[in-house]
Amino acid sequence: MDFYFSQFLTGLAGAASLFLVASGLSIIFGVTRIVNFAHGAFYMAGAYIAWSLTERLEGAVGFWGGLVIAAIAVAALGALVEIVLLRRIYHAPELFQLLATFGVTLVFQDLAVMIWGPEDLVGRRAPGLRGAVDVFGQAIPAYDLFLIVLGPTVLGLLWLLFHKTRFGVLVRAATQDRDMVAALGVNQKWLFTAVFALGVFLAALGGALQLPRGGVNHAMDLQIIVEVFVVVVVGGLGSVPGAFVAALLVSELNAFGILVLPQVSLVLVFLVMAVVLVIRPFGLFGRPEGPARASVSATVRPWQPLGTSGRVLAVAAIAAAACLPLVAGNYILAVGSELLIFALFAASLQFIMSTGGLVSFGHAAYFGLGAYGAALVTKAFGLPMLGGIASGVALASIGAVVFGWFCVRLTGVYLAMLTLAFAQIAWSVAFQWTAVTGGDNGILGVWPDGWASRPGAFYWLCLTAAALGIAALRVVVFSPFGFAMRALRDSPLRSEAIGIDRKRTQWTAFVIAGAAAGLAGALFAYLKGSVFPDTLGIPTSVDGLVMVLLGGVETVSGAVIGAILFRALTIFLMSYTDASKLVLGLLIIVLVVAFPRGVVGTLSGLLARLGARPSATPAMAGSGQARGGTP
Amino acid sequence: MLEVGALNGWYGPAHILSDVDLDVGTGDVVALLGRNGAGKSTTFKAIVGLLGKRTGHIVFDGRDVSTASTHAIVRAGLGYVPEDRRIFTELSVMENLEVGRQPPRADAPTWTPDRLFALFPNLAEMRNRLGGRMSGGEQQMLTIARTLMGNPRLVLLDEPSEGLAPKIVEEMAHAILAMKREGLSIVISEQNLHFARLICDRAVILESGRVRFSGTIAELEARPEIRDAYLAL
Amino acid sequence: MTPPLLQVEHLSKAYGGVHAVRDVSFSLEAGELLAMIGPNGAGKSTCFNMLNGQIWPDSGSVRIAGRDTAGLTPREVWRLGVGRTFQITATFPSMTVRENVQLALLSHEGRLWRLFGYAAADMRGEAERLCALVGMDRALDRPCAELAYGDLKRLELAVALANAPKLLLMDEPTAGMAPADRVAMMRVAAEIAAEQRIGILFTEHDMDVVFEHASRIIVLDRGRIIAAGSPAAIRDDPAVKATYLGEGLTFSAAEATHA
Repeated sequence: MDFYFSQFLTGLAGAASLFLVASGLSIIFGVTRIVNFAHGAFYMAGAYIAWSLTERLEGAVGFWGGLVIAAIAVAALGALVEIVLLRRIYHAPELFQLLATFGVTLVFQDLAVMIWGPEDLVGRRAPGLRGAVDVFGQAIPAYDLFLIVLGPTVLGLLWLLFHKTRFGVLVRAATQDRDMVAALGVNQKWLFTAVFALGVFLAALGGALQLPRGGVNHAMDLQIIVEVFVVVVVGGLGSVPGAFVAALLVSELNAFGILVLPQVSLVLVFLVMAVVLVIRPFGLFGRPEGPARASVSATVRPWQPLGTSGRVLAVAAIAAAACLPLVAGNYILAVGSELLIFALFAASLQFIMSTGGLVSFGHAAYFGLGAYGAALVTKAFGLPMLGGIASGVALASIGAVVFGWFCVRLTGVYLAMLTLAFAQIAWSVAFQWTAVTGGDNGILGVWPDGWASRPGAFYWLCLTAAALGIAALRVVVFSPFGFAMRALRDSPLRSEAIGIDRKRTQWTAFVIAGAAAGLAGALFAYLKGSVFPDTLGIPTSVDGLVMVLLGGVETVSGAVIGAILFRALTIFLMSYTDASKLVLGLLIIVLVVAFPRGVVGTLSGLLARLGARPSATPAMAGSGQARGGTP
Repeated sequence: MLEVGALNGWYGPAHILSDVDLDVGTGDVVALLGRNGAGKSTTFKAIVGLLGKRTGHIVFDGRDVSTASTHAIVRAGLGYVPEDRRIFTELSVMENLEVGRQPPRADAPTWTPDRLFALFPNLAEMRNRLGGRMSGGEQQMLTIARTLMGNPRLVLLDEPSEGLAPKIVEEMAHAILAMKREGLSIVISEQNLHFARLICDRAVILESGRVRFSGTIAELEARPEIRDAYLAL
Repeated sequence: MTPPLLQVEHLSKAYGGVHAVRDVSFSLEAGELLAMIGPNGAGKSTCFNMLNGQIWPDSGSVRIAGRDTAGLTPREVWRLGVGRTFQITATFPSMTVRENVQLALLSHEGRLWRLFGYAAADMRGEAERLCALVGMDRALDRPCAELAYGDLKRLELAVALANAPKLLLMDEPTAGMAPADRVAMMRVAAEIAAEQRIGILFTEHDMDVVFEHASRIIVLDRGRIIAAGSPAAIRDDPAVKATYLGEGLTFSAAEATHA
């Protein structure tokens, strides 16, 4: 019993940092509507800078002062990021914002390694709170007690700030309608900057306070951001009390989950989140989102299937690609196969995102499940390759059936965050369930059958799969079912009113996209001869998003071209620079800010401008329509 | 007071306003009339800087605000009440008013919550009610009161009668007349000519983003062909 | 005797102790235009949402052609032949006018689960016929993101008609339209109702529209029906004047009687 009590207190103490970071994320989202992926990076920066300061500054004042100064310094850094980057993308679709802030995370990761080195750092103990206090016969670290008190204190201070000051009233008003606040004479630019700095301050303080508990390492950003996503989604985006309650819940689940399911403790947390969201789709304390924003596409132009010239071009491109084995060596063919595999992966993501309007931040789940499905049956039953590919597709489809069932109950950023969480579940199972998946060591020796073992033959297999897969996705886009998907993306209200079953349609779309991604993943396993957990990881999901974005979200061909460009670029980067994350992060940021329509979108925009001007623009665009389209 | 010349405005690629001119003198109440989509709301948005792209000159109170940002224009004393009301539903009536509060201005009537409650007696009984728990008519009054908290010299009222019961529309007309008596300049966009006739001195008619008529209400009444062509009552 | 097209009996709904709708009963026959008017917040939207299954009543019943709709979702009510247009237009902005109607037709025909086949070629003629009916055949290939507000309202009507409805629910069908467009819009709706024997229930704040087109009027205040009857009777009803119509200074129909 006593043991459980001390475990309970450990959970309470753990909740403090989690609450600080999550409330910061929630406050920022409330006002700016940006899900700040970089929040984990600011948390990590707070911890690193606090480490450097507390190593140099003496005594108790130096220690506590160091923590606070670190948080203030990071808040200033956050304000800078807001002014330089975020101000440019406030009106961009949420996917772009998630990607840009993820780019910031990548940059911070490489910078942290450059400045503080790759090793974990151990922080100083808190002066005056080094010992333990006896609580009901259990020795509880004094620092934990301090954290237990700190959480509710910060909650109270935030409540006072938001309800008893003019700044707070303005923030709450802006949370609901920022343009209206500006129309009442408030300078919203600086309000946003102040709110962002406040949120970052809380994150950095949360990181700094972790110093005496666990030290610092350069993986803590992604680790915390996933937990924080869970907390804010469970608590309700934009709700500070929600963040508090959910932080307690998640922290206690972690504390006790480790006793129940030591192998896969993360899964427990995600399961609770899934259950909460099914019962309350906007979290415990959340409210339904306002009028939905256009989630992805920046276009309102009706789509057209390929014309004759487009078809000729597509066939010519496939024919040209089919000739590659006649001229190229093995390395080039392996690279070519990889490009084709990712083209299919990107096309499947583009399908669910642009046609379906469902932003998936965890599409790697299906890619990885496809890879593991193929690898597991190959190793366990010695099935031939086609059987392996079939089971890969099957496992990915089952994954999409299960995850999709939950996901289609949500919309917008909640959906994006839930897809990410599911991908993390899949990842943690692959990572922690060593007996079956080999854990971090992966599964080795997944080779193709004899007939496809030559690089040229495998390349042709990939080309066939990619061409057929992408063509099939395009057929669906223009089919009646594709119409229904687009209708749901454009207006769920109207769709329901004309009898379209939203959940079932989007669920089916999820499974179609998942199966296509699974096919790509299974081929990838045979190409590499092995499978590792990182096929399921966040970076793989983000790679997919960047490919789609790079090519242009609006067209299938964009996804294909984006995949080829991006994969070629990363292969190049890997071999020429050590700071590949830094370069990649900056690339993402530049892309989002400067070329939001991607390569294909920008090109076709240029062509349209050079060619005949489209017929006269209408004299009026009804103001009521602004809701449906993009501003 | 307000001088708008050759105003052009765009919604994305669509050119909505073409060379709109609008002059409002101190104490004037002007009706901006026209069909839906004629460009009335867009004109207001362009004036307060809420439109993506605009050209032309806007002089308010002797100061060029053609390129100023929304909050700067509003702080200069130009209040804006949007057509869709946009009450902060999670905030109480008092908090909604607080968001609109600006320092008093020497040359404009100064409003306090108590004075506004005298203007809109309904609101006085619900100081702590959340904006989201109010009826459409009450929200319409609150959105006007909220803008008045900024002590403006001129107010742009976008379709204040839209979607309201006839009885509430009459109350609204009385409130606007009271604002006029305070010395406020007011521009109202309207489709309801009956309502405009009750409170306005002058009328400007927009059609397809162009000004088709500008004159007094009496002049408009005298020219039924204009009414039929652009308002079709 | 055949049951009425729409029969509403003792409908009630409360939110957190506040009665949004209390004991509302009325019926509607095919070919009739029934207007529901009342002050903002009187419960009109709540009533509408209960009629098409958006929310479920606390008590009371809604029968459509004799069939009780208790427990049905909006989709299922739609399948019974109930079309709806919204106060704030809801169309598919990335599609053309024709495609919007095609989509509704495909849904009506139960074809939206087909994964292949070129949807834009399906039901094309039928879609164009419906567009012509509401006067939108001049803009078939326009993306509806570009349409003016009045045209969006017409498009919504065509989309609602794709279901071959028996009953049309129109939530403020002319809100935000210019007076001339309002009259034209309601004239189209009235003609269609008469020709195809459709019953129309609509809410509206424009009394000129209401008094010109409604066959009957019911007046709601604070969730209750305070008056029901012919336009002439409603116009002169003292209770309705006190709670809703006021002095009649802001619409011309009343002016005519005063003059």
